[in-house]
Amino acid sequence: MPDALISGTGLGMIRGERVLFRDVECVAAGADIIVLRGSNGTGKTTLLRILAGLTRPETGTVTRAASHHWIAHREGLKPHETPHQHLSLWAKAWGADADVSAILKRMGLSRPADVPARHLSAGQRRRTALARLLLTPRPIWLLDEPFTALDAEGRDLVLSLIEEHRRKDGCVIAAIHGDAGFASTREVVL
Amino acid sequence: MSPKPTLAAFRQALTEAWAGGAGALLPLGFFAGTAVLVPLGIGTDPATLRAIGPGILWVALALSSLVTLERIFQADTEDGALDLWLQTEAPASSIAAAKTLAHFLTAGLPLALMSPLLALMFQAEASASLLVHAAYYAIGGLAFYFWGGVGAALSATVRRGGLLISLIALPLYVPTAIFGALAMTNTPAGETAPLLLAASALFALAVAPFAMAAALRLAAD
Amino acid sequence: MFSWFANPHRFLNLSSWLAPACYAGGLVLIAWGLWQGLWMVPKDDYQGGDIMRVMFMHVPSAWLAMASYMGLAVMSFIWFIWRHEVADVAAKAIAPLGAVWTAICLATGAIWGKPTWGTWWQWDDPRMMSVLFLFFLFLGYMALRAAMDSRQKAARAGAILAMVGALNVPLIHFSVEMFTSLHQTASVVTADGPKMAAVYLWPLLSSALGQSLLFAGLVQTQMRTEIRDRRTAKLRAQLMAGG
Repeated sequence: MPDALISGTGLGMIRGERVLFRDVECVAAGADIIVLRGSNGTGKTTLLRILAGLTRPETGTVTRAASHHWIAHREGLKPHETPHQHLSLWAKAWGADADVSAILKRMGLSRPADVPARHLSAGQRRRTALARLLLTPRPIWLLDEPFTALDAEGRDLVLSLIEEHRRKDGCVIAAIHGDAGFASTREVVL
Repeated sequence: MSPKPTLAAFRQALTEAWAGGAGALLPLGFFAGTAVLVPLGIGTDPATLRAIGPGILWVALALSSLVTLERIFQADTEDGALDLWLQTEAPASSIAAAKTLAHFLTAGLPLALMSPLLALMFQAEASASLLVHAAYYAIGGLAFYFWGGVGAALSATVRRGGLLISLIALPLYVPTAIFGALAMTNTPAGETAPLLLAASALFALAVAPFAMAAALRLAAD
Repeated sequence: MFSWFANPHRFLNLSSWLAPACYAGGLVLIAWGLWQGLWMVPKDDYQGGDIMRVMFMHVPSAWLAMASYMGLAVMSFIWFIWRHEVADVAAKAIAPLGAVWTAICLATGAIWGKPTWGTWWQWDDPRMMSVLFLFFLFLGYMALRAAMDSRQKAARAGAILAMVGALNVPLIHFSVEMFTSLHQTASVVTADGPKMAAVYLWPLLSSALGQSLLFAGLVQTQMRTEIRDRRTAKLRAQLMAGG
């Protein structure tokens, strides 16, 4: 097995008094695409948060050998923020030298680029969040329900992003409900 | 470790403050409104007003810091921005400090700058000491906002956290409020008090960011 | 040593005899201390006559108010660093009891103050002021814990706040002393000054030790309840999960 970019071993989590999951393994190397499966409330989001280092697991350890991107349910957009401002902000924060206009175009956001987020549709907000993936190359992508609120065209866009990332030897760990639409290396069932 | 995320957080917090439309005007209005209520409540005797004026402004400054702090971390928790900030290369404490500082500059510092005006309304003599007092309010306000920030970070996931912030932060405001008020008196203690006021602000700057960072990691967990 | 106590099972075994022992010893010592203090020792006219007898409640409660906040902070620190669950159980148990003793201290202080200072509340007394702010720190701690949606989060948030509070307590005390030194304080009643006669010392110590033992006993009982609560919650969750 090639060197793992991210590996979580023996992960267990308790919420309140309830055991959410235990002894979960989640290891991804370059060009791996891992899909997290499980019905609502089984802890897919929690597992992703643990892998991202946001949540402390009750048991087990996570090691990341490279930097990661994080796309969650909540997009991280401020109500007054436009897609253009959002991407410029994070390009600055990450010290990325990215062509924001080109990224907006690629994500189909050229038209609403200067519309405050509170006037954007759910799909447009999600595209804005996904656009962060293009700001700076990072080997690990952690995606929580990336297709939520997206139309067919948006879905294809995400699929092409993932495929491109895989070809560059990046890894993706995504929680997906229903049809993934791409070939996964492995599935982790919770 | 790169300073870029911290700078970006600082800049975003500054724009954020003005995005609501009113920006610094809202806390200013609250500050002035609180202070102006006092003469209505206790009467207009000039000697009394002159005696209590500086203290009233300290109270108004403390209250307006509490009122405006409620949302600074709560909004970030709700819209998911907190997750992103916690995953930058910068330590959470420097992000938290940058956001609190930006908040102080937009909501707290204007109050300190306006204090000479209100002091005049409280019958203070127009003199250069009012400007010195404004500096004291600024230094004290810095401590208020940082301790208040700890309360805000701890209650970031609590609905209607505003009251909780007050209860948490008020005991922490005590030393600063005392040193600040003493610094404006003509007593022997009034001479060392400015240094102690500055020391209490430095103490807040040194301790609060780490407490905020721990609280924010908890809020994201 | 901490890890030895950190085992809930060991704690339950220990406290099953230690808590009753604390109650018994505490009640005996308090009874003797108060009997001596309220009836036997001569009144001190310099300190306001019979009213000074409230000292036998007031001074021990002041000591416990301070000690319980320090206990809260130490337990929070232990929990924060080593994550020993019993430390969090202890912190949770100490807070409301500490608040009660702080309130007792404030109430007895006011009762003592009325005939002595001529007012229920003397802003110039640094100790009363410090204890008042301690009371607020306890209230804030309890309110924060109650507002959190799980016990793990309550433990973490509480620990952060208790540690920040503990760092501030010396500064609060110092600033309050400076604040009060400005004013001419009316003859403050001192419990530990040269006026303290030996006849008062033993009843006072007895009452202080007795109240401390009572406090320790109550904390242990609270902790036992809490540990069992948490076990019950865990068992219920396992049953619900069909395990």
